[in-house]
Amino acid sequence: MKSKRLEIEKVASFLRDGMTIMYGGFMGNGTPPRLMQAILDSGVKDLTMIGDDTAFSDATKGPEGVGLLIRHHRVKKMITGHIGLNKEAQRQMIAGEMEIELSPIGTIAERIRAGGSGLGGVLTPTGVGTTVAEDKQDISLNGKKYDTKQTLNINGKDYLLELPLVADLAVLEAVKSDKMGNLVYYGSMRNHNPLMALAAKTVIVEAHDVVEVGYITPDEVMTPGILVDYIVYPK
Amino acid sequence: MTQELSAKEFIARRIALELKDGDVVNLGIGLPTLVANYLPEGVHLMLQSENGFLGIGPVPEDVPPIGKPRMVNAGGQPCSIIPGGSTFDTSISFALMRGGHLDACVLGGLQVDENADLANWMVPGKNVPGMGGAMDLAVGARQVIVAMEHTAKGEKKILKKCNLPLTAKGRVSTLVTEKALFRFHDGKLVLEEYAPGVSVEEIRAETEASFTVSDKLKEMVISQVGL
Repeated sequence: MKSKRLEIEKVASFLRDGMTIMYGGFMGNGTPPRLMQAILDSGVKDLTMIGDDTAFSDATKGPEGVGLLIRHHRVKKMITGHIGLNKEAQRQMIAGEMEIELSPIGTIAERIRAGGSGLGGVLTPTGVGTTVAEDKQDISLNGKKYDTKQTLNINGKDYLLELPLVADLAVLEAVKSDKMGNLVYYGSMRNHNPLMALAAKTVIVEAHDVVEVGYITPDEVMTPGILVDYIVYPK
Repeated sequence: MTQELSAKEFIARRIALELKDGDVVNLGIGLPTLVANYLPEGVHLMLQSENGFLGIGPVPEDVPPIGKPRMVNAGGQPCSIIPGGSTFDTSISFALMRGGHLDACVLGGLQVDENADLANWMVPGKNVPGMGGAMDLAVGARQVIVAMEHTAKGEKKILKKCNLPLTAKGRVSTLVTEKALFRFHDGKLVLEEYAPGVSVEEIRAETEASFTVSDKLKEMVISQVGL
């Protein structure tokens, strides 16, 4: 079996300007800190980042997560559900320095799941009758083109048609990985990580612990190793 | 007694009596979180944390430092998980909301209108934090309880039609302020309770929305835990 071990210095070889990256985590909890630093150190820019939120700008309150890349102006566009605890993200949005597509978190999760599951989209009641339903989105429905999201009435109930999300790269954090990339997450750190593992061309996980194959039983595995391309081992 | 309590505490104490033992509940950040402090003896809730677990527990004695594996709540603050709790990914967490698996959610509000519409996530040009999980919660929880001060600096917040961007349309079931408790029955706003010392006339004067007065109108009773 080819080793999936990736030295942190080699992460840069997977990065290029303008790419789309999904990052695990919820308020930075479950966002891989060394991978975020490696993305910054690579000098890559104009990124589209897809994730739950923009974490904390105040390091005493919690991890900075993707905020590290925002603070250094590497992010061109964010697709996220919450930027309220990152003042710099708010400032860049208001100043027009960074594009932000705000989306309900449940919708983001399902769009990622759809993207990774071969589904054509998701129909959700979330956001019907709100500004989310008026968001710009290029969509072709039965051959007709629209430039905003579409509300469909199905059996008497309104749903928003939300399109799948995919990415060039997903960066995940797991508390434990075996050498095949079978992953175990801890507590609240799981969040979007397992969904993103399905939805990106290349998946890199930062693991707190790497064990031999067999030490994680099949029933414990939360993300199957076949989805994980590379493992960054702990320092 | 009641005038000694802040409006927020009064509201939280009233909502604490809305919840039943064993209910699965999501408490929003801020005022709604206070509700957990006033649950009567014998009422134990299974609290959902939208970042991916059921069974929010207290802040542990030893909180691992930032960067080490640790449990946090939806606000990113350290917490624990109670025995019987469970962890899952975001898709399951929001399926619990949208799929109608929560008995109730308690949300803060900026405005509520007579169509049971809720606005609570942004003030254009002022504060645009993002909707987070609020839209999913409001659309899916079986009961949507809004905890909100009756007016803001003299401005009415219970309106004929919300003028701030909506969180969800037609989804509010119960609205609790420091002056009144309203419920929506068949889409109509009904005043069911008034706070001690508050008249129906005063409530009318501070409420733009049309409402009817329940024939079972009564004075509000609040949780006395710790008083």
